[in-house]
Amino acid sequence: MLAIDAVAGRTYLCHQLMNDLPESLLELIRRTSAEIPDDVNQALIHSLENEKKGTIAESALKIIEQNIALAKKKSQPICQDTGSVLFYVDCPVGFDQIAFSELARTAVTLATKKGFLRQNSVDSLTGKNDGTNVGPGAPALHFHQHRSPEVRVRLVLKGGGCENVGAQYSLPIEKLHANRDLDGCRRVILDAVLQAQGKGCGPGILGICIGGDRATGYELSKTQFLRFLGDRNPVAELDALEQDILKTANELGIGPMGFGGKTTLLGVKICAANRVPASFFVSVSYMCWAYRRQGVELDATGKIGKWLY
Amino acid sequence: MTKLTFPFTEEKIRALKVGDEVLISGTVFTGRDAVHKYLHDGGKLPPGVSLQDGIIYHCGPVMMKQEDGSWKCTAAGPTTSIREEPYQGQIIHDFGVRGVIGKGGMGDRTMEACRQNGCVYLHAVGGAAQVLAECVKKVRNVYFAAEFGAPEAIWELEIEDFPAVVTIDSHGHSLHKEIFAASQAELEKRL
Repeated sequence: MLAIDAVAGRTYLCHQLMNDLPESLLELIRRTSAEIPDDVNQALIHSLENEKKGTIAESALKIIEQNIALAKKKSQPICQDTGSVLFYVDCPVGFDQIAFSELARTAVTLATKKGFLRQNSVDSLTGKNDGTNVGPGAPALHFHQHRSPEVRVRLVLKGGGCENVGAQYSLPIEKLHANRDLDGCRRVILDAVLQAQGKGCGPGILGICIGGDRATGYELSKTQFLRFLGDRNPVAELDALEQDILKTANELGIGPMGFGGKTTLLGVKICAANRVPASFFVSVSYMCWAYRRQGVELDATGKIGKWLY
Repeated sequence: MTKLTFPFTEEKIRALKVGDEVLISGTVFTGRDAVHKYLHDGGKLPPGVSLQDGIIYHCGPVMMKQEDGSWKCTAAGPTTSIREEPYQGQIIHDFGVRGVIGKGGMGDRTMEACRQNGCVYLHAVGGAAQVLAECVKKVRNVYFAAEFGAPEAIWELEIEDFPAVVTIDSHGHSLHKEIFAASQAELEKRL
């Protein structure tokens, strides 16, 4: 593998990185599938304390908490739908993306054999499932180059239940009184929460993109899931919208799994992208409470240097 | 908390009401998209599978084959049920199903089939694959694994104290409809 250390202006071979990378990727997949990130766990513990005692909402959150502990202890998937496998890779200029992609596909196949991932990838034409989780578009790999030598690999496993309640709105929408402004964005986002009810395995987390085209809108909405749950948006208008949607959604009484209750959402993350004058999309991705997202920074030999969440 | 134990007779099912929390024990069969479409299109159940007074579980489990050839269930939470709405009502009617376990709720046609035939919809906690896999005491058999693939196959499971909530009962009530209407009204006030 060839990589260029852009900071020092040197070119170097990354054979060493290849040595330990397969094992690191396998461990990344295992941990992402079996262990909920700490920020999400804290938010769930807080919502359990907040729900009324003796309600179905409280029972559901208790089962969720037990499930999180059990999955970690047994090193088995938190949810049987181990989802679409989405890799986000930050890498230096010159990094061999083709070699990395090959290794990632191998790691996914191995992780499936070991039961960290369900046999979850189906040929859309024939309906056949070859049990490898590898095929056209699977896993999905997103590379982002930067001018520093670090390699960071983030992984999101996004289940189908929450993916199915995602929604893309093309503004204006007369029925929802949604114009091409921030109030219109607020209206369609809250409509997405209402329509989703408990079907996306709430309490959920919303990743949203205002603008972009139909493809980049959804793409960017999902990158919002890489943010820490407790962070704040540096753009004042978006920060205000995030806080407002979170508060309002939690006043609707939808609750965990749609059983009723105080916790409908755990977080809302919004970004904006430029659009063409003729289009105004608001793309809403929904993440279930089983928010499987982890990341690693690799050291020079490809070993896991540190965990990112 | 109500114990619901196999066989799931009409009398036991009719006694359940929306909002009841139940612990289910006995034999259940998994079935999801491929199975529902197949049965709805007139497909026959394989020998050994009966849904009469039985429960269908909307689930695509993670199963690991053991060295002795048996199966171990390592993850078994519910999948989204609404996808089976076009098929469920007729299957409840044709096969004598008394309970459907899933998540997210179902629509009017299923609710009506529950009312007419004496069936309930049992909502499990989505994503709770480990807690629910612990309730699977034995994997008795698998059918249609080659045709539909592992997640879509019919798995015959022996479950014990499997927790769920009745969200559609056999008396025409749906918690999903109630919560949707109430949350819609709350949202209207905040727009």
